[in-house]
Amino acid sequence: MKALLPSSLDEALELLAAHPEAIPLAGGTDLLVHWPQQHDAHEHTYLDLSGVAELVAHRWTDEALVLGAMTTYWDVIQDERTPARFPMLIEAGSQVGSIQIQARGTWAGNIVNASPAADGVPVLMAYDAMLVLRDIDGEEEIPLADFYLDYKVMRRRPGQLITEIRIPRRAFEWQRFEKVGPRAAQAITKIGLAMAKRADAASDSSTVTDSSAGDEGVWRIVANSVAPTVRRCRAVEALLEAKTPVSGPGDLLPAIREDVSPIDDIRSTAEYRETVMARLLYYDLRGVCPFFS
Amino acid sequence: MKRREGLSKLSGREPYVDDLPLDDFLWGATVRSPAPRGRIRDIRLPDGFDWSEFVIVDHRDIPGVNCVFLMEEDQPALAPGYVRHVHEPVLLLAHPSRAEVRRAASAIAVEVDSEPAILDFRLSPEPEQIQYADDNVIKRLEISKGDVERALADAPIIVEGVYETGEQEHVYLENQGMIASMEDDVLVIRGSMQCPYYVVKALGPLLGRGEDDLRVIQTATGGGFGGKEEYPSTIAAHAALLALKAGHPVKLVYDRNEDMAATTKRHPSRVRHRTGVAEDGRLLAQEIEFTLDAGAYVTLSPVVLSRGIIHAAGPYACDHVHILGRAMFTNRVPFGAFRGFGNPQGCFAIERHMDVIAHRLGMDPVQLRRVNLLRDGQTTATGQVVRDGTDRVAVMSRALGLSRYREKREAHAEYNGGHPYLRRGIGLATFYHGAGFTGAGEVYLDSRVHVAGLPDGRIEVRTASTEMGQGMITIFTQLAVDRLGLAARDVIVAAPDTHRVPDSGPTVASRTAMIVGRLVERACDDLRLRAGLLATARGDVVKTAIIAWHREHAGEELIGEGRYEQPPGIAWDEESYRGDAYGTFAWAAHIAEVEVDLRTYGVRVLDYVAVQEVGAVLNETLARGQIQGGVAQGVGWALFEEVVSRDGAMENTQLTNYIIPTSGDLPPIRVDFLENPYPYGARGAKGIGELPLNGPPPAVVNAVVDAVGDACAEEPTAIPLTPERLMRLLDAGAAARESTSAGAS
Amino acid sequence: MSGLVEGRLEIHFTLNGEEIAVEIDLAERLLDLLRYRLGLPGTKEGCAEGECGACTVLLDGTPVDSCLVPALQVRGRQVDTIETVDPSRLGPFLETGATQCGACTPGVVMTGVWVRDHPELLERHTIRELMAGNLCRCTGYDGIVEGVEAAVKDAEARRESEARRPPSGRE
Repeated sequence: MKALLPSSLDEALELLAAHPEAIPLAGGTDLLVHWPQQHDAHEHTYLDLSGVAELVAHRWTDEALVLGAMTTYWDVIQDERTPARFPMLIEAGSQVGSIQIQARGTWAGNIVNASPAADGVPVLMAYDAMLVLRDIDGEEEIPLADFYLDYKVMRRRPGQLITEIRIPRRAFEWQRFEKVGPRAAQAITKIGLAMAKRADAASDSSTVTDSSAGDEGVWRIVANSVAPTVRRCRAVEALLEAKTPVSGPGDLLPAIREDVSPIDDIRSTAEYRETVMARLLYYDLRGVCPFFS
Repeated sequence: MKRREGLSKLSGREPYVDDLPLDDFLWGATVRSPAPRGRIRDIRLPDGFDWSEFVIVDHRDIPGVNCVFLMEEDQPALAPGYVRHVHEPVLLLAHPSRAEVRRAASAIAVEVDSEPAILDFRLSPEPEQIQYADDNVIKRLEISKGDVERALADAPIIVEGVYETGEQEHVYLENQGMIASMEDDVLVIRGSMQCPYYVVKALGPLLGRGEDDLRVIQTATGGGFGGKEEYPSTIAAHAALLALKAGHPVKLVYDRNEDMAATTKRHPSRVRHRTGVAEDGRLLAQEIEFTLDAGAYVTLSPVVLSRGIIHAAGPYACDHVHILGRAMFTNRVPFGAFRGFGNPQGCFAIERHMDVIAHRLGMDPVQLRRVNLLRDGQTTATGQVVRDGTDRVAVMSRALGLSRYREKREAHAEYNGGHPYLRRGIGLATFYHGAGFTGAGEVYLDSRVHVAGLPDGRIEVRTASTEMGQGMITIFTQLAVDRLGLAARDVIVAAPDTHRVPDSGPTVASRTAMIVGRLVERACDDLRLRAGLLATARGDVVKTAIIAWHREHAGEELIGEGRYEQPPGIAWDEESYRGDAYGTFAWAAHIAEVEVDLRTYGVRVLDYVAVQEVGAVLNETLARGQIQGGVAQGVGWALFEEVVSRDGAMENTQLTNYIIPTSGDLPPIRVDFLENPYPYGARGAKGIGELPLNGPPPAVVNAVVDAVGDACAEEPTAIPLTPERLMRLLDAGAAARESTSAGAS
Repeated sequence: MSGLVEGRLEIHFTLNGEEIAVEIDLAERLLDLLRYRLGLPGTKEGCAEGECGACTVLLDGTPVDSCLVPALQVRGRQVDTIETVDPSRLGPFLETGATQCGACTPGVVMTGVWVRDHPELLERHTIRELMAGNLCRCTGYDGIVEGVEAAVKDAEARRESEARRPPSGRE
């Protein structure tokens, strides 16, 4: 095994430019699972980010909560400002794993590990988070919702590091995070949802540029563990924007089937994932959507 | 008394096998079969390794008989050219580097010419799948009482049901491991185990060694639950073969993945009930077929089957009972001992079935049990007269009161009517567990215990009973302290070491406190006599006498012995399976309250009450811990713990994918004891360890049925009741209702 | 600028209050470094995948699974293991039956002691939530949860009695 041990961001970017094959190592909670058995893992080069102080802190600006590449779940959970402003970050962060995982796992690591079951990603996506990617040539911003191309395929070029995650501060009328795992705590998600309805845009004082064209709608529905990537469910969102009448979970299935493609695996079945997604959406949205009966 | 080794464990000082300092040793690893059945064609050592650095052992290196002796001589220590299940040990490696030996073991390719395997014990085998006797039946047992056929023919109501339980993994937190080394011509085995003398008996013929040149020492053991009853003998055999060939100590410690894949699990079961019932709920006839998946070797399956069928009719009075038990050979990783030992499987079936009967009769499940629970003077399925003075209805009533069963049922009806998707329910199980070996088993074990008086006046309790978390050290200390009036600091409990302690039998079957503990008391009595004291002597008198004895007998050992004697009036006929199966039973009633989320089909346990009569409670904290831990394992098995199999082996061999409960998944488990001292158990104790695992699965599933049963197409009859399984039952129920209402309109 | 490091690396960190220097294999996990090379076998391996918490240690004061921490990442940081916990303050865990077989126990105690020393956590979290990363197969968790509760109370009582005691060496 080989390692690059930068102590500043510039140094990290230079090392990464020189060794584009290097794998960034943040909290290690994904990379070290079954480490002793993963013999090929030991052939790789790792870029250890733990010595890069600039990447640790998160900060609040007037427009956004900005997470660093090394900001952990626990950092965000412990911040007293988070619960009122981004309650789903607290919920997702608390349910991603144990305290031991929350203390080490990073939001950025969760994003680039690109697991379809990632719990941190749906809430960030529902909050329209932007990723700041940097390499020695400069900086690029990409909406998280556009970051994934396919299973473990991302719009991150060799040499690029996620240095920041910017979460715009907006007013929400309603938001809810759902994680369905095989048990209450410490579980890999079988189906998860981050759901948010923005407060009426006119009353929204924030002036953050919208993440991408066509996103003026107030609804954000993001699902995990039901597609090769964490998936923004635009068909379900469209159904909600159009206030389409829904009289039971079954009415949501056509839109769900446009958005996601769950599979059978060691943890659950496609049938279960699809059924539960419909039922969660139906029962959770019924209270806030007058067009649900 | 507080747990004696508790501070050592809490402070991380307790040495487990992988913690022991060891010099100049090799790490061992096991190469296993990739196929469920077939002849080994080739074992290829790939390039990329310097194989001269490795010690390599196969079946030809076995000096004695290639067999891990247990009940039957069928299981080889290393496959001699033929394999019967995936993960069967084929080859052993040792190397100074742990990483290197693991890398090498996973790189070696074992090639097998596959033959037709049988992987489902519920199916009749095809001729080419027959591998044991002429029908793959490893063991068949029957219990007959009265005339079932006639009673069924005469019964006004017949209720039938088929119930299934899945395998369960022990998940002791310390993985299995052994160290083998030669010390002055004696082969010494140290490791994590429940039964040191089982290891001696298994290794003797394999290595051609007698008890004098084979010494087995139990190290601190991080949980067993039956999983370290028989399997450690195999690991010890492997470590020993490597150490003998290497001429160095060898440490063979499994990681979690290997431990889950290769070691035993609880036997999967299918139990069919056909029950004749009177209109008032009395059980008139019970016909039961009880089938276990034994896996590819006999291991302990015959005795698991025995205990299973003996308890299968439940703690109820019924004059006509027929139980047929069969343990089936399959090409699956062999199943083995697990806390409860066959009873949890049967208990799930009968206690689920009792609720099915109650629903059929339109009767309250409590009332059905009240009518049928054994009264003193009535007999169990084997004809054992129960006359211990315990009021089993009172045990149930205590549980009902503590759980506020009646109020909860009313409150749930209201709650369920008002909530869009949450449904609450409450469920009950009444059950029993016989402690100690079955029938004359304890007589055959002929257990012995020594209590030595030491020259300084302290005493040392020498037994082969092992501490694995259940509290043996503390309980034996308490018993000796009470018996001789000594201070706890004057009582040493010896580490089980077959060169220092007599064979007190295995640490299994909830027998340690009740049976071996009684022998500790007798050995204390004997010590007192040998020291020349009256039977009433206590405290300093005893200490002084021990010191004085040693002055007179310098260099000699002062040892009191306790030897098993069967309590009077026990009669068991092994041929007919009639009579007193156990010296006594412990009794229990458990009540679970659950909430079902109809969005996710997930079940959450909201409250759990466990009431039991276990004779006298010797140590409140330890006893409570046994009950709570058993309940947690039972709840896990009922709801979460699913072994996903491929080719007869476990696929989800990680704690990420084999789900046991966390602290967040369980409510406080409320425990209460009714005490009725058993005259032949240590200070009145009955066995406690296994009892609590029996009740939770049916109590929890009965509660789920109470919550959502009406909406299910059919009542749940199988565990684990995962959300996926419950979804299918509920969706089928919804479909059935839709088609009914469509037909009606 | 430091370049590519291959194979082995000398690292410095604070272990149980003492600064140490040790050469590590880059692929070495903190768990293995502690157990097999630094003579601290109190930290246990239960699952090797961050699920069971038996290997919990405190990294800069916060519980982490040492099976998921590459040793190279503890450079310049503070690691506390079960060996540094004061046994005389573990009575509350003993009383409630927080330990049975003991294999999960060092991890349980590390998380429990962290909760004990940060009682403010209980304003926003329950003990059951905080302990959910430490799997136990023996106790059903009641003994553990009650043990942490008792330890928190015990710590509070100690702080109060210390506050009442007049400062020594004055007057």
